[in-house]
Amino acid sequence: MKPAPFEHWAPTSVDEAVKILSGLDDPGDAKVMAGGQSLMPLLNLRLSQPAHIVDLNAVTGISEVYRERDTLVVGAMCRQRTAERSEDVAAAVPLVVEALTNVGHPAIRNRGTVGGSIAHADPAAELPTVALCLDAELVAQGPGGERRIAAADFFDGFLSTALGEQEILTAVRFPVDGPGCGSAFAEVARRHGDFAMAGVAVHVRLSGDTIAEARIAVSGVALTPVRAADAEAALRGATPGDEAFAAAAAATSAALDPASDLHASGAYRTHVAGVLVRRALATATDRARESQ
Amino acid sequence: MTDREITITINGLVKTARVEPRRTLADFLRHDLGLTATHLGCEHGVCGACTVLLDGETVRSCLALAVHADGHEVTTVEGVAPPGEMHAVQKALWESGAFQCGFCTPGFVMAIYGMEQERAAGLPCPRSRAEIREELSGNICRCSGYQKIIDGAEAVLAGEGDR
Repeated sequence: MKPAPFEHWAPTSVDEAVKILSGLDDPGDAKVMAGGQSLMPLLNLRLSQPAHIVDLNAVTGISEVYRERDTLVVGAMCRQRTAERSEDVAAAVPLVVEALTNVGHPAIRNRGTVGGSIAHADPAAELPTVALCLDAELVAQGPGGERRIAAADFFDGFLSTALGEQEILTAVRFPVDGPGCGSAFAEVARRHGDFAMAGVAVHVRLSGDTIAEARIAVSGVALTPVRAADAEAALRGATPGDEAFAAAAAATSAALDPASDLHASGAYRTHVAGVLVRRALATATDRARESQ
Repeated sequence: MTDREITITINGLVKTARVEPRRTLADFLRHDLGLTATHLGCEHGVCGACTVLLDGETVRSCLALAVHADGHEVTTVEGVAPPGEMHAVQKALWESGAFQCGFCTPGFVMAIYGMEQERAAGLPCPRSRAEIREELSGNICRCSGYQKIIDGAEAVLAGEGDR
């Protein structure tokens, strides 16, 4: 088994990569490769047979992690293992680190990238869910220059994003946690490292002893990761505790209608999502209290 | 579809070859270089049998292209100890009887070797049985020999002074 033949492009800059994509007769028949941990299986199994691979592994300048005031910028080609072990990431956006420990296995994370996972947009994957939960901004570069896309507008279908055919995701901009912020990630999978049957990313900001803002994103329950808007609304201004968390869990589950597949029934996924929201809210609130 | 010339340091030896860009690193090692100790199980990143080190980090050689290793260093199970000798990881697995058919063994050796190398470099490294199990969850053994594999890994990673 090996991939079907393709033309391999190895640009060394984003500009060059965009130029290559823009110069192709049919950019729709090209795939951009980052760490390749999702694309390589698709190529090996010949589920995907693109005519062109634009390989970002030799591109410089898009792997860095740095702070820009209240934003943590993670270069799209930052390896997941690097982000997981970065003290800057852990201090600024701990939810990213907690989620990353659930991504595949160490050998996958050594190669897989933060941007690659988000651009691949698997609805059961961890990083798209975190990006959605945190209202991250995705930075895309195309022939017309650079633009920022809100996570809420980015995931527009199964394995599908707002990125144009000639655009490349270059960075992810995460808002940095301030005082009173706490977050938690939880998922249920058949085996450690598998894609989740359901997972949740939760971010809470406390003001005194009430919830000023709660953000909840759920994975594995729809064609994209989804926000639990009803649960978020119910939590705004609420006193954190079992009652509020149970109500949020119920509101989350009530808004979901996931499909059944061989891994889990829709009803089970709905139930698990609610349970995970309840648990993650309790953990995130504890962490928010500690950071006040 | 144009062949590409690549130069890779494999187990300390510099190798130059022409490859098709679609050649996976695993196929390059096995078919072009004859380094058949790296095994291919699933060929889509699930089983871990093809684990090698790329610049000191574990990677699945079925999920990397040979061109990705151009200018880099690759270590396979042939390279962890001089011919005829065993590395501490191999010895520990040997002593704990961590084999049945042995197909998955090269992947386990490289995954544990990777952890051992990171520990030696001062990076955080799993030591408890639970942590080791989690770290090795990406390697599959279909003879169900996990307990003895983890025994062996524990013996290496706990280190002398920790037992």
